Amino acid sequence: MRLRILESGHGFGTKTLFALIRAMSRQPVMDVVKLVKYRPDFYGAPMSAVTQAAMREPSVWSVGDRELMAAFVAKTNECDFCIKAHSAVAQRAYGDGHRVPAMLSDLGSEDLPEPLRATLLLLGKLTREHAVDSDDIRAVLAAGASRQQIEDALAVCFSFNVIGRLADAFGFFVPGPEAFDAGAKYLLARGYR
Amino acid sequence: MPDFSQARNTLTKRILEGAGRASFSERRAAFDNSGLAEPVSTLIDKVARHAWRIADEDIAAAKASGLSEDQVFEIVVCAAVGQANRQYESALAALNAASDVAPGKE
Repeated sequence: MRLRILESGHGFGTKTLFALIRAMSRQPVMDVVKLVKYRPDFYGAPMSAVTQAAMREPSVWSVGDRELMAAFVAKTNECDFCIKAHSAVAQRAYGDGHRVPAMLSDLGSEDLPEPLRATLLLLGKLTREHAVDSDDIRAVLAAGASRQQIEDALAVCFSFNVIGRLADAFGFFVPGPEAFDAGAKYLLARGYR
Repeated sequence: MPDFSQARNTLTKRILEGAGRASFSERRAAFDNSGLAEPVSTLIDKVARHAWRIADEDIAAAKASGLSEDQVFEIVVCAAVGQANRQYESALAALNAASDVAPGKE
């Protein structure tokens, strides 16, 4: 990571926790964890509450749908770490019946039902252009999404437009697939708290 | 998602108004992506508009201008949250316009 404080500036208790994580998971501690555990009162704790609400509060969107949205926002932002992290969670949440890489790379994929497809298009435009208008919203409503579903998707979009920027700015190390799979299991079992 | 709205407000208030190593005005300027001097303005604009283009040199230049690592950490967080907030609020305004519901009335 580009800031030494994020790599190794944590207190003794947090460093002990990291040693425990390494021993239990047999994987390195992910840089996203190092970030949220650094001076957590400033960013980590309030942001974890935001992400937990967006990703795990009750919603018409399934956990898999929301993780797919996270991965799609990451793809639009060209954030390699977040694409791999949230593709892994989406794949595990959906199970073998869905092909997450195909859903992400081709919005015309038959794996992608409405109104999820229209919602991803909206989140892609918002992420790329930083704004959308009422016609963009009407297209998603016409595809069958409720107002609440759109609001819930915008919460996911907010969270991953924050996290992806930080991953790229601070230079998160991108580990191998085993580490992301271990991370996915944890995020499905425990959430983002 | 009432918890999300509250959590987003808490996050924004914390990073802009709570204790920090960067000044309140620096954090606000990073959040707004406005009013910062070079080379920090280049870093913050990249965070806001194309974070994937940030290079080691952008962070190194901000530090060489006199910012501590903690100050860089804080203003980069502010810039990321600020841009995501502008996107979110644009979309929420469009949603309200499209569904003819006043904010917070549903």
